Amino acid sequence: MIYGAGKISREVCRVRNDGKVFFHRLKDAARLYWRYMSINIRCMMQYKTSFFLSVIGQFLVSFNVFLGILFMFQRFHRVEGFTYSQVLLCFSIVLLEFALAEMFVRGFDAFSGTVRTGEFDRILVRPRNEILQVLGSKFELTRIGRLLQAVVMFVYGVTASGVRWTVLKALTVLFMLVGGVAVFAGLFIIYVAFCFFTLEGLEFMNVFTDGAREFGKYPIGVYGEKILLFATFVIPYALVQYYPLLYLLDMRKSLVYVFLPLAACLFLIPALLFWRFGVRHYKSSGS
Amino acid sequence: MKKYLSFFRLRFVMGLQYRAAALAGMVTQFFWGFMELMIFRAFYRADAAAFPMTFSATASYLWLQQAFLALFGAWLLENEIFDTIMNGNIAYELCRPIQVYDMWYARSIAKRLSEATLRCVPILVVAALLPEPYGLAAPASFPHFLMFAITLALGVAVTVAFTMLIYVLTFFVVSPQGLRIFFTSATELLAGAVIPLPFFPEGIRKVIELLPFASMQNVPLRVYSGDLSGVEMGRAVFFQIFWLGALVLMGKLLCRTALRRVTVQGG
Repeated sequence: MIYGAGKISREVCRVRNDGKVFFHRLKDAARLYWRYMSINIRCMMQYKTSFFLSVIGQFLVSFNVFLGILFMFQRFHRVEGFTYSQVLLCFSIVLLEFALAEMFVRGFDAFSGTVRTGEFDRILVRPRNEILQVLGSKFELTRIGRLLQAVVMFVYGVTASGVRWTVLKALTVLFMLVGGVAVFAGLFIIYVAFCFFTLEGLEFMNVFTDGAREFGKYPIGVYGEKILLFATFVIPYALVQYYPLLYLLDMRKSLVYVFLPLAACLFLIPALLFWRFGVRHYKSSGS
Repeated sequence: MKKYLSFFRLRFVMGLQYRAAALAGMVTQFFWGFMELMIFRAFYRADAAAFPMTFSATASYLWLQQAFLALFGAWLLENEIFDTIMNGNIAYELCRPIQVYDMWYARSIAKRLSEATLRCVPILVVAALLPEPYGLAAPASFPHFLMFAITLALGVAVTVAFTMLIYVLTFFVVSPQGLRIFFTSATELLAGAVIPLPFFPEGIRKVIELLPFASMQNVPLRVYSGDLSGVEMGRAVFFQIFWLGALVLMGKLLCRTALRRVTVQGG
């Protein structure tokens, strides 16, 4: 596509055009994604009862986890120096991260079927980015059940644990959400990229996604040194949970902790590279 | 009886075919057990005096729970049975000279047993090799081990009898989704799958112990390590037998009512 031309020197023109084209593409992609989303939502709303039941189900599952924490703290008052409301604050942020990631990225979940049936061919021949198309194939609004609970716990956790808010702390929470969604999105992408080789979804990957949601309820430091090391350098859960939490609770002062969650976004790079590698190796298996 | 045994055998052999799935499941469960254990260790360090069981008994509870997950998992329902009811294929089952309830019961037990058989041994072996007090300890005594085996069987029977209620209630609703969600999450919590029942606050625990959920995994997993013994154990076994009878009776009555007025859906 060619935009503008004429009097401005060619060099400037090209730079501007590149910028414009990129911006235009982005806008276009966003519009397409919005279309996908609205189709998904309208589709879901055709089965309202089923939708609400799923929402309640999502809620109940994480509510059980909450009750587990509540009962444990009736008996014990602290765990590794964290109080009940601090643990809830931690759990609510992880749950928010996970619910948001699932809402937007869960399209990848049904992906093993797409590869097995050869459906992926159809995605490849369309003149759009594959990731955008797969992302758009599903938008899980039902996760709103989990999201609601997370918000309630978050509000409680913040008020009860007496976090003294500063602009930096608000930023920290925002970065935690961004970084957390990025980490989970990266995991979902790796999970589906495996499908190019195995055709089947690998169940053990659940350990890293559902397992992280389940065990992210307690600050990762609770699980001991080795797990913390793993969660810092291999899959950066701790960057979006444990370290920034310490800053929120005034247990650490350094500014590094504010920006650590953003570093977790780097996890997306190997994930996307692996996905590319997978796409290259894709052999159609359908008929 | 012979026909139900063959239903049992069919389903059991079928369940044994999914070995790759079992391997993946085992890895997941082993990890799950380990992480749970780490949580309890942290709480134990925080306040050992407030621990309602010994730490070693808790570890054994967690490992046995993971090893026998397929026996007690409330969400492990058979989609085939729901489908049969939903799409009208129940008509074929009704033509057969069998009791629908008994057939489903035999199948459900077989499915759970086959999955547990594939998964339990490696988990038990690895857990037993872990150092004290993190691993699976030896049973408290030989009588305790015997009682463990008996209560394990009773616990599975109660669990299946309870899931049968969910299947049968499906006859009365159009979509089983709501029932499933509600019953499975309630069972998870009240049976002690989220945290063991001794960790519940006293008042709540006393009420839960009267419910059928406490007669599922709670009894065998605690009898094994001797956490439950003597009079208390006797009481728990009595409740198991009582609930098994009550649930089966309830299921059978409901099933008969349902089949009398069954509407076959689909065409």
